Amino acid sequence: MSEALPLTEPAPSVAREGRTRGVVGRLLRTPSFLIGITILLFWAVCAVFAPSFVPYDPYADDLLNTLQPPSAEHWFGTDQIGRDVFSRVLVGARAILTIAPLATLVGTVAGTAIGLITGYFGGWVDAIVGRLLEVMLSLPLIIVALLVLVALGPSTPTVVVVVGLVFAPLVARTVRAAVLTERHLDYVAAAAVRGESAPYIMSVEILPNIMPPIIVEGTVRLGYAIFTIASLSFLGFGVQPPTPDWGLAIAENYGVLIGGFWWTVVFDTAATASLIVGVNLAAESLQRALAE
Amino acid sequence: MSGALGPFLLKRLALSLLTLWLLSVVVFFGCQVLPGDPARAILGPLADPRAVAALNEKLGSDRPPVEIYLSWMGGLITGDMGQSYAYRSPVAPFIGSALVNSLKLAATVFAIVVPLGIGAGVLAALRAGRPIDRLISVAGLSLTVIPEFVSSIALILVFAVLLRWLPLSATWPAGSGPLVQLQHLILPALPLVIVLFGYIARMTRAGMVEALSADYTRTAILKGLPWRTVLSRHVLRNALLPTITVIAAQMGYALGGLVVVESLFRYQGIGSLVLGAARAKDFAMLQAGILTVGAFFVVTTLLADIVTTLLDPRLRTGGRR
Repeated sequence: MSEALPLTEPAPSVAREGRTRGVVGRLLRTPSFLIGITILLFWAVCAVFAPSFVPYDPYADDLLNTLQPPSAEHWFGTDQIGRDVFSRVLVGARAILTIAPLATLVGTVAGTAIGLITGYFGGWVDAIVGRLLEVMLSLPLIIVALLVLVALGPSTPTVVVVVGLVFAPLVARTVRAAVLTERHLDYVAAAAVRGESAPYIMSVEILPNIMPPIIVEGTVRLGYAIFTIASLSFLGFGVQPPTPDWGLAIAENYGVLIGGFWWTVVFDTAATASLIVGVNLAAESLQRALAE
Repeated sequence: MSGALGPFLLKRLALSLLTLWLLSVVVFFGCQVLPGDPARAILGPLADPRAVAALNEKLGSDRPPVEIYLSWMGGLITGDMGQSYAYRSPVAPFIGSALVNSLKLAATVFAIVVPLGIGAGVLAALRAGRPIDRLISVAGLSLTVIPEFVSSIALILVFAVLLRWLPLSATWPAGSGPLVQLQHLILPALPLVIVLFGYIARMTRAGMVEALSADYTRTAILKGLPWRTVLSRHVLRNALLPTITVIAAQMGYALGGLVVVESLFRYQGIGSLVLGAARAKDFAMLQAGILTVGAFFVVTTLLADIVTTLLDPRLRTGGRR
């Protein structure tokens, strides 16, 4: 049958549009997706607009009012140098929601490229790259990131690239598996018979057909990117002071927890947890909606 | 057993050795080549160039990279992991004692999470579709994604600050007995239990559901075997195979999670050693620490493969069918 159709384009674009609409409709009827996306939107709004509406300058210290408990003036209290915790928690969404999506993008693009190439060519390319990726995956991600950040020094672009590249092998594994199921289908053979180049076949023919698993992998990775970057900030290798950041604030203040100054860390803790759970709820619902 | 087992294990062993070697190259690249100039990285951008050159000579990092790598590997084979810049003494003893401490913490984690995760997974599979199944799956999914430092803060607040049930510090007084040590280890272990619980429960549940609907289970039930025997001999034995692999994979992850937990609870393990070395730019220590973590992961994965092969009759006799 494939011989009869070498010149037709395979893309059933009408069917695909209908399918997309169905997925969106299903998502909007899923409670866990709605909860997740609401949390994510809340923090996204904070990331963009919080600096203009928070009651205090998140950088301004006030050494006469350090470690004040929550009150009418300071809703979430003040930290060890008198900065307003409420303002810092809201503005703190900005750093993580800039770095994590960028890192996810880097990882997804790099991983998709690697997965397409190894899956399409197979053979020794696949064997060598596959082994290298397995080595990367045999180390805990946070330790690989730590290793490179020590060597290069922690700056925002470095964190983005490092976390992105650490995630690339995981994305590559998913994409490679998806390519393997596609590459023996008739439309790929047809394109090859037409004389299309390998880069063309990979990016124009195969890529659109494996987008659903890539999108799912990307949203799942976003959750882990927030996890990893928050942990790196906590360890001192992510966002640097005095930028308001949740992981950083917890690292700076958990030492005074035993003295009863719970408000210096509790709100940052809750913010981190809510953002990560929100992203994962949305990612999980999306995965289910696309699988149906 | 069959003759196919030997070659299979040899192949796995060879692959593990290859992975270990590649790992050493990656770690070496990260610690020696990437910083460009280790002495400059240690002393900072304002240091006197003569001081930088002198330190590079002392560290041996003025030699060509291949030569440094070969002497490092040569040292590793004879048990010499190099000299720590920060402590001005050999690295190996630090790694040894830190690894023992980390293994104690990891053992506590797995002693709690393995029975808990498998139990929850089995329960969820037996009650598939009921509220308890839903509860376990939602709890597992949401707990898995919480970073260790976030759950640690919550646990410290509840158990160490409010209730004062458990000691805040993971470091026990010198000469404490195993029970006191365990008491100090529970609080640092819990954040990792929380992260790992979901994975193990989910894998167990998936394996159980598959085994429960398999033909051999139906046959066993129709043979009239008691339910308890069906469950332990037929269902569990097959269902737990993938779980073993997951648990082994999580061992490596747990060692990474230890970086956060050990530094938060000020525990002298391999994680806080790696972090301390990273902060002090103590590259010899960092190299040795990371390689140890990676080697530990490779070994646990290999062991899991061997155990899975021994337990799974299909893999065992694969060559003869």
